[in-house]
This record gives sequence, C-alpha cells and structure tokens, in this order.
Amino acid sequence: MSIKQISVFLENKPGKLQDMTTLLAAHNIDIRALSLAETKDFGIARLIVDDVFEAANVLKEDNFVASFSPVLAFEIPDETGGLNTLLQHFTDAKVNIEYMYAFLDGKNQKKAYMIFRVANTKDAEAALAAKGLTALSQEDIYNKF
Amino acid sequence: MEQYFQPEIECASREEIVKLQNERLVKQVKHVWDNVPYYRKKMEAQGVTPADIQSIDDLHKLPFLSKEDLREAYPYGLLGVPLKDAVRIQSTSGTTGKRVVAFYTHHDIDLWEECCARAIVAAGGSNEDVCQVSYGYGLFTGGPGLNGGSHKVGCLTIPTSSGNTDRQIMFIKDLNATILCCTPSYAAYLGERMKEMGMGPNDIPLKAGIFGAEAWSEEMRQDIQNTLGIKAYDIYGLTELSGPGVSFECSDQKGLHINEDHFIAEIIDPKTGEVLPEGTLGELVFTSIDKQAFPLLRYRTRDICSLTREKCPCGRTHVRMTKPKGRTDDMLIIRGVNVFPSQIETVLLNHGYAANYQIIVDRVNMTDTLDVHVEMTPEMFTDNIGEIEAKQKELVDGLKAMLGLKAKVTLVAPRSITRSEGKAVRVIDNRKI
Repeated sequence: MSIKQISVFLENKPGKLQDMTTLLAAHNIDIRALSLAETKDFGIARLIVDDVFEAANVLKEDNFVASFSPVLAFEIPDETGGLNTLLQHFTDAKVNIEYMYAFLDGKNQKKAYMIFRVANTKDAEAALAAKGLTALSQEDIYNKF
Repeated sequence: MEQYFQPEIECASREEIVKLQNERLVKQVKHVWDNVPYYRKKMEAQGVTPADIQSIDDLHKLPFLSKEDLREAYPYGLLGVPLKDAVRIQSTSGTTGKRVVAFYTHHDIDLWEECCARAIVAAGGSNEDVCQVSYGYGLFTGGPGLNGGSHKVGCLTIPTSSGNTDRQIMFIKDLNATILCCTPSYAAYLGERMKEMGMGPNDIPLKAGIFGAEAWSEEMRQDIQNTLGIKAYDIYGLTELSGPGVSFECSDQKGLHINEDHFIAEIIDPKTGEVLPEGTLGELVFTSIDKQAFPLLRYRTRDICSLTREKCPCGRTHVRMTKPKGRTDDMLIIRGVNVFPSQIETVLLNHGYAANYQIIVDRVNMTDTLDVHVEMTPEMFTDNIGEIEAKQKELVDGLKAMLGLKAKVTLVAPRSITRSEGKAVRVIDNRKI
C-alpha cells in the first residue's frame, strides 16, 4: 500500500517555509515527516501529514501550489545495518529510488521509517512484496507515528 | 450576418472616404492654424501654410506632434476651441511621465461614442444586449468611451467600472451580461477568479468581450476566449485622439479597422519620420480630422504596427492596422536587442503558462540581465525538481528562439505577481542608465 505524500512549491526566500508551517499549524495539521529539495530559486517541501486532504485544501485556499504523489513507506529496526538490509531488497528487485528520506519513531524508539519515491510505485511495490517486504499503509502511518 | 452601426460610413467606397478625408483635412488644418498657436508656430517653422494642404496627399508636409509636445503644451496649449465650447477633459494614465489632458466638445464626445458603438456592433452587440463596462471610469477613457458607445447601441449598460472582481462576476451572472468591456489583463484575471470559484465558461452568459488599452498577443486572445467562452475583440485608441474606438476588430479578427472618417493613419519610420508604404512595420501616426477641442495633426502614437487596405470579408472598407506589436516606449533594449513584452507573453502562452508575468531588467557587471518571473501553476507542478527544471529550460529555450537573447526564468509563488485592474505592470527596469 502506497501512502500519499503532499509536495508544496516554495520560493527559496526567508520566511516562505514558515508561511507554510504557520498555515498547517493554524489548522492543526500534524507533520509526520518532511524533506526539502531545493534549487537556487525555489524549493519543494515534501510532507507526510496526518490529514492529507485537509492539508491540500488549506494550502490551496491560501494560494500554495501542492500536489499528491504516492510514496512507499517501510519500517526498519533502528540499528546499524537496518537501512542496508532494506536497500538490499530494492537492489534485488531492481527498483530505482528517485528520492528518499528517513525519520525515527518518537513513540517506539527501536524503529525507524523510510519513505521512498520510485518511478512506478505499483510495480515496485509488487516486486518488493515478492521479496517479503510489506509497505506501510496510510493508516499505519496515522497509528504508528 | 455582419452587422454595422453606420453601414453608410463603415462600408463606404474608397472614393467616398478619400473625398470626405480631403474635405475634412483641409478644414481641420485651417481650424488648427486659426485656433492653435502652438501648432501654427510649428507649421510656420516648417514653412507650411493651410494653402499648402489641398488633399490628403499633402499630409506629409505637416509637422509631427509628439507626446513631448503635449507635455510642453500642458494644460491648455493645444485647446482648439474657446473654453465655453469645451465640455470635458480626459487624461492618460501617465505611465510614461506627466499626464496628458485632452479636451472635448459635445461634438467630440459624440463622434468618440459613435466610434465605440461601431466596435460594439462589430462584436455582435445590439440593443438586445447587456453590456458590462469594467474599464475604469473617471479620467481614464476606457469606461466613459465604452459606456457612451454602449448607450448609443442601446445595450443595457452596467457601469461596474474596475475592481471588486467577485461583484463583477456576480453581475455578469445575475444580470445576464452578454458583452464585457475591460483590459485584456483584467479579462484574464476574471477568468482566473472564475476558475477558483469553480465556474467554467458555460456558467456565464457572456458571448463577446471588447478588450483594449494594452498590447496583447494572439495567444492571450485564445486563452481568454477559452476561459470565458467568448469571442474576444480588440479595440484600440488613445486619449490624445479621443479614447478607445480609434480602431476596432470585426468578426474576421484580422486587424483593426481604423475609423477613417475621423482619423487618417500613416506609418512612418520612427527614426527618420519618412512615410512608409502599406504593409511595412513602423510607427503609427494619426491626424484627427473631425475633432474640435483637441485637433491633433500628425500625432506620433509610438505604437508599432502596419496597415493594410486589403478587402476585408466583413464588408467594412476602412483601412486595417495590425494589432500593435508594442509601443516604442514599451520596447526594451536589452544587450542591444529590441524586446517587446508582447513577445515574451507569446512564448509563455505557447508553453501553457498564464499571461501573468513580470519582466525584470537589470544591469550586472555592465551587462543587461533579463529575468522573467512566471507563476507556478498546479498544472506544471510535480514533486520532481528535475521535471520542473526541464520545463523551466524549455521556457528559456523558447525565449531564446523568440528574442535571440538568453533570459532567466524564475518560478514564483502563485498570486505573487500583483493583478492589476487597469493596465498591468509588466516591466520593472532597474537599470541605472
């Protein structure tokens, strides 16, 4: 099961990222994971939030440009070699990673979570499932961290 | 079936038009000589008297008037009638310096409104129509001109003036407005706002728009036509000559018919002042042959276009001018290359962007820089930086092909470029020259 990531266009200027977080905070939207990609002029904030639809609505109303993308999330043990073991499966399944980011679990200190953006989410998911890897669902994300 | 407001004039034969122009020109030159000392001095300096002007073939003998003359003669220097006969002034937006004031007698207002009425009828308007005038009212000629034209046609006129966009949309919907008059950039903005409100072209009763006071591209026309579900007509004019309605588009949309019974058009080489043959691109010059209070002879508009007398399928016989490519004052010289904002607009629209843009020119290390700010849209946004940069590069390449210059394209946040309700501010030139 892929999960929905929300990506937001931001100008690369002081205060622009905070304009977005101010808005999300005002609407009680909880950011579970975040990564930023940037160029000289602009950046893209990629977010996993507790309520993607609400987030998309409030962002749109406030004149932000945002889009949804499917991403794959996996839980790994927070220990040396944890990521390496996971990536071995990607290599074996010949799944190319476009970008990824990681975060730790605040509640369960033994776990880490990895978010992957791949070209063809469905195929990648099937190939990884064949290797015995199950991606987390949107619900897992809400409940787990 | 093409409709005309004044078919006997709009479709008159070439001979009839020339005859009328000859009579009016001779009379007008005499009127100016007798009543406008400022211009009389110019004629005397050039050794020309009214006796030298026997027909329109002698027009080239007359001296030019420029915007600088109008500023110098400000405020009353070019008034052609006693104050008791002048009933109105209008004024330019003053985008290129000091304002210019123009005067009108009752007769002048009447002919101006008639010109606007011709444009409305050419756009399919009749007394059955509801015409919303969203041009500014006041000193700006847009509102008063189209308002008067709309009355002459007998349309139910909604004088909303500019601004309060949601109310504009409400009136269009509630009162079943069929014709909209405003600047093209405001029409585009109305369309954008409608989209945000979840409304499409089928949700509004508009059938035609009459848009002017700014140079706009063919691509922008397509864009407005699609979002508002209308046919968009260009209307051209200058406060100095009366206001909108000096020329207007017919259903053929291939050039604007100049109201030749009131205005004689010439195309000149902006550098030498020499009159250029039909079809050549150059600066448009107008002689107003029927106006009393502000009778300008050979006024240099600074607009760049060409003329054609080719037969128009609409049946009108008056000469057509091409959509002005831009004003000589809008023209930017960047690294020695002439650049018109309208060219940049064409590239943006061709690549699927909105006509909301800003051009920032600067000089860094003795070299001019051209930075085009474009708003990010939901359609072009993805979570992938590479894809966005590829689209940015396509634009840079498109601009390079159009202008022969390397420009920078900066993607900015949606709605961060100010929307104007009148003329859009397209160019910010930070060069200290």
